[in-house]
Amino acid sequence: MSLSTAAVVAGGAVRPDAIRPADLRFCGLRREALGIRLLSASPQAAAAAKRKVLAAAATGNGAAGSAGFDYDLVIIGAGVGGHGAALHAVEKGLKTAIIEGDVVGGTCVNRGCVPSKALLAVSGRMRELQDEHHMKSLGLQVSSSGYDRQSVADHANNLASKIRSNLTNSMKSLGVDILTGFGTVVGKQKVRYGKVGFPDNEITARNIIIATGSVPFVPKGIEIDGKTVFTSDHALKLESVPDWIAIVGSGYIGLEFSDVYTALGSEVTFVEALDQLMPGFDPEIAKLAQRILINPRKIDYHTGVFASKITPAKNGKPVLIELIDAKTKEHKETLEVDAALIATGRAPFTKGLGLENMNVVTQRGFIPVDERMQVMDADGNAVPNLYCIGDANGKLMLAHAASAQGISVVEQISGKDNILNHLSIPAACFTHPEISMVGLTEPQAREQADQEGFEISVVKTSFKANTKALAENEGDGIAKMIYRPDTGEILGVHILGLHAADLIHEASNAIALGTRVQDIKLVVHAHPTLSEVLDELFKAAKVTGIPQAVSEPVAA
Amino acid sequence: MAGLLHLHSTLLPSASLLRQRGGGGAQAAAPRRRRACRVEAKIREIFMPALSSTMTEGKIVAWNAAEGDRLSKGDPVVVVESDKADMDVETFHDGFLAAVLVPAGESAPVGSAIALLAESEEEIPLARSQAANLSSSSAAPPPATQETVPEESSLAPPPPPPPAPVAASAPSPATQGGARVVASPYAKKLAKELSVDLFSVTGSGPGGRVVAKDVEAAAASPTKAAAAPVAAARPDVPLGSTVPFTTMQGAVSKNMVESLAVPTFRVGYTITTDALDQLYKKIKSKGVTMTALLAKATAMALVQHPVVNSSCRDGQSFTYNSSINIAVAVAIDGGLITPVLQDADKLDIYTLSRKWKELVEKARAKQLQPQEYNSGTFTLSNLGMFGVDRFDAILPPGTGAIMAVGSSQPTVVGTKDGRIGMKNQMQVNVTADHRVIYGSDLAAFLQTLSKIIEDPKDLTF
Repeated sequence: MSLSTAAVVAGGAVRPDAIRPADLRFCGLRREALGIRLLSASPQAAAAAKRKVLAAAATGNGAAGSAGFDYDLVIIGAGVGGHGAALHAVEKGLKTAIIEGDVVGGTCVNRGCVPSKALLAVSGRMRELQDEHHMKSLGLQVSSSGYDRQSVADHANNLASKIRSNLTNSMKSLGVDILTGFGTVVGKQKVRYGKVGFPDNEITARNIIIATGSVPFVPKGIEIDGKTVFTSDHALKLESVPDWIAIVGSGYIGLEFSDVYTALGSEVTFVEALDQLMPGFDPEIAKLAQRILINPRKIDYHTGVFASKITPAKNGKPVLIELIDAKTKEHKETLEVDAALIATGRAPFTKGLGLENMNVVTQRGFIPVDERMQVMDADGNAVPNLYCIGDANGKLMLAHAASAQGISVVEQISGKDNILNHLSIPAACFTHPEISMVGLTEPQAREQADQEGFEISVVKTSFKANTKALAENEGDGIAKMIYRPDTGEILGVHILGLHAADLIHEASNAIALGTRVQDIKLVVHAHPTLSEVLDELFKAAKVTGIPQAVSEPVAA
Repeated sequence: MAGLLHLHSTLLPSASLLRQRGGGGAQAAAPRRRRACRVEAKIREIFMPALSSTMTEGKIVAWNAAEGDRLSKGDPVVVVESDKADMDVETFHDGFLAAVLVPAGESAPVGSAIALLAESEEEIPLARSQAANLSSSSAAPPPATQETVPEESSLAPPPPPPPAPVAASAPSPATQGGARVVASPYAKKLAKELSVDLFSVTGSGPGGRVVAKDVEAAAASPTKAAAAPVAAARPDVPLGSTVPFTTMQGAVSKNMVESLAVPTFRVGYTITTDALDQLYKKIKSKGVTMTALLAKATAMALVQHPVVNSSCRDGQSFTYNSSINIAVAVAIDGGLITPVLQDADKLDIYTLSRKWKELVEKARAKQLQPQEYNSGTFTLSNLGMFGVDRFDAILPPGTGAIMAVGSSQPTVVGTKDGRIGMKNQMQVNVTADHRVIYGSDLAAFLQTLSKIIEDPKDLTF
């Protein structure tokens, strides 16, 4: 078996043991993936790659700048991905440096997760206080609720600053060198950094991770002025609350902003290119989400249209948005609104990284990687010692995916092979009520089932049946699980309801560890809690087939 | 995993992946295979199913198909909210959805018909007229139109729009022709709920935009005050000739003459209606009418004063009625009738409003059953919509009291602390049978009623 042979050869400090079931499950490692990978790829090449990695790890482990390198690991980009990788690298004893050209924390801390959650917390409370009917049903009276825009914006900004300094301090205190400047890969294991256009300092590193992240994507024809036509970067500063805002794009970013703006008193119009709103979600969840998050609120929408041209407001005229039919491209209508938020996705930030020096060609800006996050060059080969994690590789553009990928890479360069199972990574949308998901949507599961020839079953439960949800008078919501009735394998779980973003982890844990429905059915959940919603799902599932022993080791 | 990618990189929508479920099977409008029309015509009813053993009533969340759509057996037609969860309900037969009897947002008891399914396209008009006759219909469009347009009526039914994505993609009427109206999302929603034509509203927002308060103002301007629907235009009376009574007019005349034998007296009261008007404005959008509010308030006051709900049938005894049935006088073409809201104290305001709407339609269509108009125990008569400030009504035989309600008018009043203020006040005048109801009983009842109306928070139960 190639892997064990490699282990004997390296004899390094970290010994990749013989394949035990426990190892296979770490970080959601897909045992099938591992097995197939090693069998189908040329065994010699795979073994050679492993030997190289393990040898490097063996000699360089723990020693500072050993074997002539300035650092064991240099990370370009100190966002969530880079930070996660840096912390884990230090834990593994690697001398680490991280290069940041803008602000530590990157998008997540400064222009993404952190300020948006602060604003959503405000909007959630605002919505509750304004819902007289809801308050009355609980027996409460609220005299008048209002907000001060500047204070709300300050809350978000202060939080971002706080987290930013926490991140910086955590890295500093662990001995990670924070280098200021824009990094470029100039050659194998060589990085230059400095002010933009003046990369003066050169350092060498045994391994390089690119974690430069992404920026909001603005389609052509749209003119951004930062005040009346803007992206999420500007919106999170909350410099104004418009009466009527058009949100272009109805994915999770657009949806979260619609929650914030409607709670603060704006009216919203969605402009969506596809025929359905919220195209990335499971269709059943999207339908219910529309009923709960869109229909009762001051929101309307146009689907199947592109915003071909957006002109910012000037001279007293409103923002003009020209809509064209997505298929026929003919003009449909022109909207006149007070502001427009462009939430059409994010584009990778990979220019000027010097990738051409390594014969790497980006695809629409994304850096191609294999399942180990190794960068692939134009000929389809993995570039040794060069990795890319997070939004820059486009595999799963979520903060926690970036740090998980970072940890996976650090594990590999420390001598332990690791392939991250992306299907076990949950995602959440922090509207009120929240939406969360892990694994496949129902259509995707059906497609896979048809292709691979197995059956799937779906169970659903409503939050209306949950005591805690009813006690809070927040019974709107649904949870659904897609699983294989023959093996009990959980394929996907989707939740829409109170605290959905927290509840999903029971399911994502199960998928990561390969837990089957029958194993988790009898586990006890505290009463009365929202987690009983998931308990209901597990208990409602019927596993009929002879379960395959999924936990058996891969045959040698 | 690809699905998760779609969340964040809408740069590359994989259209095939997304079209698979096509909106969760909601698109029953997609044409199916051609069906040969059967010879025997059949209009089937789609019933509200019992989705759980404890369910007695279900609320229609959304219709997945529109009137006129072709359906195949097994297609999900409607989404129903039960006490446990939302369920898709399928049709058991092929056919065309001919008429929606209960629009989205409303409830119906388990087992009642919620829609009519016609076997062939020709039967759709027949089904529609059948729907118009069925009492539980509240959105039966004329056979000509193919879409569910909510009926224009001062009783404002508010069905939320069904979520079929294609149909709802351009909610503004703007794109047709050159005429365009710029209206904010909430204004559009309100216009739909309150049946206001956006083109007729002048906008007060930036750039002439129509905003929510413009729509509310437009909806409120036609007579908002009162309760009983406006009388149908009377045909010209043939002057200089003698026209005999119709049956109904004969009945009215007989009753009025009989009432002369009853010793009646009258007590008047002025009630401040500011709080009630505010409440009405708030819940108007849910289909609640002033009539329903007044009936409910009266019923609640009668609970505390049961003698006012009694009558004297034989001149020797009190007949205490077990239920509180409020009859409301309605002027209809050629006459007067009093549809009865049974057990008005026991029903919540929304159910009461719904029932009232049904009764009025039946009254207009002359389809009221006897027990729906002669089982009243207390009568309400409202001439406020004509601007009448006070009047007294004649007591219908068999009941103990009738209350005449005038219009609510802004009045200058002196307040307790010696200041002058402005309040909306309405005068009510009750005529009662002194054989069973005495002065103090009536006065106490009116005091309770005025307390309820001036502090109406309990009316919404």
